Amino acid sequence: MAEPVLPDFGEASDCVAENRFFCTDWVRENWDPVLQPALVQHIYLTAIAVGVGFVISLGAALLAHRLRYVERPVAIVAAVIYTIPSLALFQLLVPVTGLTVTTVEIALVGYTVLILFRNTLAGLRSVPAEVLEAARGMGLTRNQTLLRVELPLAVPAIIAGLRIAVVSTIALATVAAFVVSKGLGGPILGALRLDFRTEIIAAGALAVGLAIVADGLLVLLQRAVTPWATARTAT
Amino acid sequence: MILAGLDVFANSLDFIVDRRELLLEKTWEHVELSIAALLLSILIAVPIGVVLGHLHRGSFLAVNLANIGRALPTLVVIAVGFTIFGIGYTNVIVALVILGVPPILTNAYVAVDEVDRDAVEAARGMGMTPLQVLLRVEVPLALPLLFAGIRTAAVFIVATATIAAIAGGGGLGDILVNQAAYRVEGLVAAALCVSALALAADGLLGLVQRWVTPAGLKQQISTFEPDVRPVV
Repeated sequence: MAEPVLPDFGEASDCVAENRFFCTDWVRENWDPVLQPALVQHIYLTAIAVGVGFVISLGAALLAHRLRYVERPVAIVAAVIYTIPSLALFQLLVPVTGLTVTTVEIALVGYTVLILFRNTLAGLRSVPAEVLEAARGMGLTRNQTLLRVELPLAVPAIIAGLRIAVVSTIALATVAAFVVSKGLGGPILGALRLDFRTEIIAAGALAVGLAIVADGLLVLLQRAVTPWATARTAT
Repeated sequence: MILAGLDVFANSLDFIVDRRELLLEKTWEHVELSIAALLLSILIAVPIGVVLGHLHRGSFLAVNLANIGRALPTLVVIAVGFTIFGIGYTNVIVALVILGVPPILTNAYVAVDEVDRDAVEAARGMGMTPLQVLLRVEVPLALPLLFAGIRTAAVFIVATATIAAIAGGGGLGDILVNQAAYRVEGLVAAALCVSALALAADGLLGLVQRWVTPAGLKQQISTFEPDVRPVV
């Protein structure tokens, strides 16, 4: 299941042979065959999970925004899923969907829903009453108000939710390696079984680095799509 | 495929009945490990958070700690701990505490920092010393939020302890990572136990949270809203 992780000891450097904390030569040699593919898979795992989770949550939040009684059941189901440890949820899904990426994605999507649903709904509800009043006064219909007023004003809250969802999904996707050998968890788990330090530290650092970069990109996105927010804080 | 899945679930119920002694033993190990890690995290995080909140200092550190905690994959913390401490209890406890401290500290800080300034002024006006203000006004008013952090950390630790099995932590994770020995039904049975444990920890601490909340603040906590805590 695990990819071949240790280089042939016959050719390995002293650093690798002695299993020192970090061997740059190993990282350089194994970037292309091991680390880079794992990083790319990790980005895919996260992007699919957050993308699907976002669509589901946005739909549910729009529904709950209009029909209040929808909120509680969605929130309760999402909170129960959120409380189940990921390794357990993966194993509970395995009998149904097998040792596949689908299993992993279903669980990862499930975890994003609570965060995204709650933030989106809070954003939609935070629109001041006088703004809604003004929209109605301008003759906007309910759907026009939603599309032109409420959703744009909810964007900061939605992106705040996306930041949390992306960062926690990146962290969580490492656990996926228990089910399928995909993502940065693969090299970590493989190296853990072989007690190989460099690979653990390199793949771990990539996971943390990816989370930081993704979070930074979302901050930039937020600034780009809501210029009025930055303008307000600047003055 | 779904029918086959149902079969596995039925078998896993048999596993729960047949191997209940094993499951109970592993569950108890899991509980012990989690409680030890949670108590250590509380001992470290609550005093720091409360004092920083009282002084209204260090907000940057206190607030960002939770975000850093979220970005740290548990598997990475456990694996890196393994490279330092090797296999065993020390590594696992250290990893669990590293992951348990941030939510508790951040919540403790925010809870005390955001106590109504008027209440604090009034207490001072009544002639309370700073220590009395802290213990009799700020801490009681901060308890609900502070407990929300502990609740978050508890669920987080129960979940992380599962993964800790790969580094010798024991508990239900021993079964969950060992398909060769316990087969799918064993894994599903253990997964059900861990899920029940996490939900129980969340529910139980939710009750405690309710119980420690001063009467005037009761309506502020909702029972089904866990903090947006890190998932493991």
